[in-house]
Amino acid sequence: MEKLININKTSAHPFWVMVNKELRDHVRSWRFIILLFLILLTCFGSLYTSVTNLSKSIKANDPAGTFFFLKLFTLSDGTLPPFHVFIGFLGPLLGIALGFDAINSEQSAGTLGRLMAQPIHRDYVINAKFTAALIVISTLFFALGFMVMGLGLIIIGIPPTAEEFLRIVFFLVLSVLYVAFWLNLSIFFSIRFKQAATSALTAIAVWLFFTVFYQIIISLVAKAIMPAEGAGQQEIIQYQNFILNLLRIVPSQLFSDATTTLLMPAVRSLGPLTMEQVYGAIPSPLPLGQSLLLVWPQLTGLIAATVLCFALSYFSFMRKEIRSR
Amino acid sequence: MNSSVIELNGLTKRYGTFTAVNQLNLSISKGEIFGLLGPNGAGKSTTILMMLGLTEPSAGTVKVCGINATVDPIAVKRRVGYLPDDIGFYENYTGLDNLLYTARLNQIPEEEAMARAIRLLERVNLTAEAGKKAGKYSRGMRQRLGLADVLIKNPEVIILDEPTLGIDPTGVHEFLDLIVQLSREEGITVLLSSHHLHQVQQVCDRVGLFVEGKLLAEGDIPTLSGKLFPDEAFTITVGVRFVDNNNVEQEKIRLVKIVEPVNGVTVIQFKEDLLQIRCTCDVTALIARVIIENGFALTHLNRKEFGLDEIYHHYFEGREVHGKAN
Repeated sequence: MEKLININKTSAHPFWVMVNKELRDHVRSWRFIILLFLILLTCFGSLYTSVTNLSKSIKANDPAGTFFFLKLFTLSDGTLPPFHVFIGFLGPLLGIALGFDAINSEQSAGTLGRLMAQPIHRDYVINAKFTAALIVISTLFFALGFMVMGLGLIIIGIPPTAEEFLRIVFFLVLSVLYVAFWLNLSIFFSIRFKQAATSALTAIAVWLFFTVFYQIIISLVAKAIMPAEGAGQQEIIQYQNFILNLLRIVPSQLFSDATTTLLMPAVRSLGPLTMEQVYGAIPSPLPLGQSLLLVWPQLTGLIAATVLCFALSYFSFMRKEIRSR
Repeated sequence: MNSSVIELNGLTKRYGTFTAVNQLNLSISKGEIFGLLGPNGAGKSTTILMMLGLTEPSAGTVKVCGINATVDPIAVKRRVGYLPDDIGFYENYTGLDNLLYTARLNQIPEEEAMARAIRLLERVNLTAEAGKKAGKYSRGMRQRLGLADVLIKNPEVIILDEPTLGIDPTGVHEFLDLIVQLSREEGITVLLSSHHLHQVQQVCDRVGLFVEGKLLAEGDIPTLSGKLFPDEAFTITVGVRFVDNNNVEQEKIRLVKIVEPVNGVTVIQFKEDLLQIRCTCDVTALIARVIIENGFALTHLNRKEFGLDEIYHHYFEGREVHGKAN
């Protein structure tokens, strides 16, 4: 890379030229504008419900009472889901929308062959697509998050503490990571399937399966293997852990586990707790470090899933023979 | 062989058990226009992809401008322009923007890229449409924009895969003229693949015949017909009025006897009343003189050189009797 830059100092490196073009395409595309509008709408909606319910939610002796500002992201009166649930729901859609036609549209338009005839490495194409979409997503989420914070600051007039701010930043990073997973999955489908429609439908099918049907299947399994009534405590805990682990195969479960822990400091554990474990514990919120420690497996799992998808798409793209359409 | 720009050595590409390109040896020298002629599925496109390093050969080597295309495709692609058979552009970008994007990918400084793009658009006669979105271009315009796109990096070699497909006849003519002009003026080596023999015949210095992954023959058209039809490069058709109408059969035998000793004649046969003479060199004048000197009245004389048509039929359409092409 260094060498290439040195050859011609006046012009940009081809990789960044490609990233620039992809960025421009994303930002100008109708589908991005529509999704942006949708996300903005839900964002304001959830902000509105949380602000209106904020005064009701303050109770004396609430252990999470110090984390007043975080409630902007988590509070709801039941009519509209809170901000982080919305992101968990719309994020995958955004990721799929930005990636489902990454490669196959270039192929069917005949531009991929022309692109490959230029002096660039093959992986630039897929890397540039991924980088550009990731930049778009990160910019969008950070802008949204900071906007909610800013509006909240104006409306409720209480500044966030440093810890709250950091928790929100981590939450945003996590959201970007979660969307990146779906982005990579849809890029992979865009390499596998020649038709953009097929790849979009497949990605949406996977998303629907994980958000709706997987839970149903797990509850069926849970009923089937439920331990007998007189089962010992050990057995019940094992059973509960097994079901939880099954649920955690799904990235959306990982995401919601991680976000709840980050945004609700009162959450002390993501699994079942025995009486012995809870006994003697002071009902106080966890410090940020401990919350992070708690979600570390979830975080690693999400990163691993993202990297796996990217590796799969990288592998299949590098081996793909590029012919004209 | 020092001046050869493209050199293929024992190039082979297999897909599973299917051999798309088989032991291909070819060398193209600088400034030449070479036509790769063959039916669909003969392995032309695969060969081109290997030249650009887009596909790895199963065996053999490809050298373009002295660089091994398999090992260092980037260096090759910096020097070679490639126009795929059905070129696509970013449809919501203007023609000019498409060109500028290619220029940027080739790290051409911005001002120079602009100057080159404008000059090339003028050259391919698209100045008026430069600001139009590429999605609105017609097929011929797209192809011309494609040529500009190929030329913007100042290539040493341009490879055109079926460049005339789907353009109307006048468009084809202009397009081919443009290619010849460019090649002559700027010394660009051109490799053109096509299954359209007349166009190839029209512009190419040399032709390679490509069937089922094998290069059957290469050379300019006369050499090629000489190679493919070593004994019968020319066909002369002679018609005579016989003096003695009652004795036609005998007269025919006499005619054959006087033509036979002429140098270069290989096959003589009657086709209805016309005599077909195949020969290795052009002996039309000699034959005419012999016939007249022997008292026959010459009524019909026709010389036919084997063109690509015959060559094409001969090789691509199941090796039928050569005479059929006449």
